[in-house]
Amino acid sequence: MDSQTTYNYKVVRQFTVMTIVWGIVGMLVGVYIAAELVWPQLSFDLPWLSFGRLRPLHTNAVIFAFGGSALFATSYYVVQRTCQARLFSDKLAAFTFWGWTLVIISAAITLPLGITTSKEYAELEWPIDVLITVVWVSYAVVFFGTIMKRKVKHIYVANWFFGAFILTVAVLHLVNSAALPVSLFKSYSVYPGAIDAMVQWWYGHNAVGFFLTAGFLGMMYYFIPKQANRPVYSYRLSVVHFWALISTYMWAGPHHLHYTALPVWAQSLGMVFSLILLAPSWGGMINGMMTLSGAWHKLRDDPILKFLIVSLSFYGMSTFEGPMMAIKTVNALSHYTDWTIGHVHSGALGWVAMVSIGSIYFLVPKLFGREQMYSIRLIDWHFWMATIGVVLYIVAMWIAGIMQGLMWRAINDDGTLTYSFVESLQAMYPYYFVRFLGGALFLSGMLLMAWNVAKTISGSRPEDAPVPQTA
Amino acid sequence: MTVNDFSFTSGFWNIWITVLTVGNILACWWLIRWTAKPRKDEAAAGDVTGHSWDEGTLAEYNNPLPRWWLWLFYGTMIFAAGYLVLYPGLGTWRGTLNYTDQNAYDKEMQVAQEKYGPLFAKYASTPIAELAKDPAALKVGQRLFANYCASCHGSDAGGGAGFPNLGDKDWLYGGEPETIKLSILDGRNGVMPAWGQVIGDKGVDEVAAYVMSLSGRDSDATKAAAGKVHFDTYCVACHGADGTGNPALGAPNLTDGSWLYGGSPGVIRQTITAGRNGHMPAHRDFLGEDKAHLLATYIYSLSN
Repeated sequence: MDSQTTYNYKVVRQFTVMTIVWGIVGMLVGVYIAAELVWPQLSFDLPWLSFGRLRPLHTNAVIFAFGGSALFATSYYVVQRTCQARLFSDKLAAFTFWGWTLVIISAAITLPLGITTSKEYAELEWPIDVLITVVWVSYAVVFFGTIMKRKVKHIYVANWFFGAFILTVAVLHLVNSAALPVSLFKSYSVYPGAIDAMVQWWYGHNAVGFFLTAGFLGMMYYFIPKQANRPVYSYRLSVVHFWALISTYMWAGPHHLHYTALPVWAQSLGMVFSLILLAPSWGGMINGMMTLSGAWHKLRDDPILKFLIVSLSFYGMSTFEGPMMAIKTVNALSHYTDWTIGHVHSGALGWVAMVSIGSIYFLVPKLFGREQMYSIRLIDWHFWMATIGVVLYIVAMWIAGIMQGLMWRAINDDGTLTYSFVESLQAMYPYYFVRFLGGALFLSGMLLMAWNVAKTISGSRPEDAPVPQTA
Repeated sequence: MTVNDFSFTSGFWNIWITVLTVGNILACWWLIRWTAKPRKDEAAAGDVTGHSWDEGTLAEYNNPLPRWWLWLFYGTMIFAAGYLVLYPGLGTWRGTLNYTDQNAYDKEMQVAQEKYGPLFAKYASTPIAELAKDPAALKVGQRLFANYCASCHGSDAGGGAGFPNLGDKDWLYGGEPETIKLSILDGRNGVMPAWGQVIGDKGVDEVAAYVMSLSGRDSDATKAAAGKVHFDTYCVACHGADGTGNPALGAPNLTDGSWLYGGSPGVIRQTITAGRNGHMPAHRDFLGEDKAHLLATYIYSLSN
């Protein structure tokens, strides 16, 4: 099995199954904290069940455990298939799986205990950060090593995006997590004040840009043309939007710090580059959607393709919404409201989760030696549950967010504020409830998927596909 | 401007930022032009490029860039260039509009002052005790209170541990209209020193017993008698020989059964041991006299 005549599917299978497991865990925590916002007594006055500790657990679990596993699985699969070469090192690949699993388990223990650096999306304390670094370097060696030994001349576009994602995340992680440890579980950032804030959001927004966008665009560029059985729409477009996307994303971070102590010139740059980012982001959407031109009828009865294409619609929507929210005057209304939460979830559920789900439905039968998924009908059910779930979620948060923004700035005839903060919070109850419903529906879809995948896998005799020997 | 938004540690960083910014935008522009240019012996538009992957199942068309998308891209870059001329962004360039967050804030505050200032000013000459009978003035005062005071004193002015109840007749610094106004304008610092080191745990216990006896509560008579000795030495200076306090210092009356930080034996011992630092911020610069006048009126009306 370790011979060079087959692809290494073992590590892909491991990450694929764990993607579903971590997806369910992360979303379950998300639904729980959404419920806590409606029924606060659900924390039972236990510190480790409180919103403040579970929220980072939710974000870390869905981004790095669910999203990360999906990226490992698909990038390992895609890089082998499109380079016509087995992974550079089976041992290192296995290490990335077990190492990443250890990172996730450490996060699941330390975050509820309140052990945190307090940097958003980079909460894990320094010993775990060191482990992440080792795993990530191994990942890079496996990925780029495989590219090096490829049997085809051109590097496929999906691999450009996976490569950019792997390299940039390494840089982001190293720079932002630089800290001085004072004990085993406590460290302090090496950056002071406003600089720390700027580094944090340079990291934070590029985590969105490179982890949640570039990586998943890599996924999109393989699985959409494969599932649609059509060539990618435009090679030129992929070149332009790749380079433009990765260069302009780097600047967008300061839009998280509008009207703060960050110098105004940095805020301006964050805003204009966020706007320039619109076209490069949409380049990926156009390329994916137009790949279907001439084959739109396939959308009627292929639920996997529905997942993939609808994920691009949500991608297009969030990447339009993002630049708009980065405009300072819009941000003055939207900042600190639930609109931001809605925006993040139209990206995270609508784009990231749905493109991953579609890709996994494509992958599972191939990895486990089956013709197709156990039930196509259940995929269709899953598709509708996921779509309605996301729509409920983001519509509730749009209304909630805009309402909060308007209530906070509403003034009486004498210039005093019309509403106290608590009044704006009270007004949120119905929307928080709808958000909870949307999240619960999305989670139920994931459970359906788990069952469908389990039925597909059970009794299967997985075999690794052979590497074609002629280039 | 309190913070110099445009200071870089050296001239190098100014150039660095400017070159990177302009360079990135120009590079995007060049990238589009370069990619759009037709090349010799490339596939015709609408044909596949000839690259193929994954056992021939993956290919790419050589379609041109969608025109509407190109215009969108150019549009955002032109907007960016315009914005960076008008606003700060390119290193130390301040922009032709001379915009800073501080300027924008000052301007907004000035507009608000011109618009709303007269509304508050018209009440300024009426004495507080008289104004407290004017429902319109009280309504404005109540809104100001909800905006600026409720976060500490509560929306019903009932206070909390460490934050005085403003609805009762019990005043730390005095409840005269002008005194209330002065508390708002200049703030108050209620400092009680820590006595734990001076009189020891036993002494604290005894003084606590005595303090409780002052408001007629049950306490160990022997301890209270011992505590009185300490009290007469250390506490009288502020709280007075009879424990009724001193509004000039903000020293609370200890005989009335009303407790700022809590009246349980444990909390009293804690107060004596570690002292207290009560801080009411000054609002003179932030709110100005006219609003403070209306706020004082509303607070005065709560107990009169």
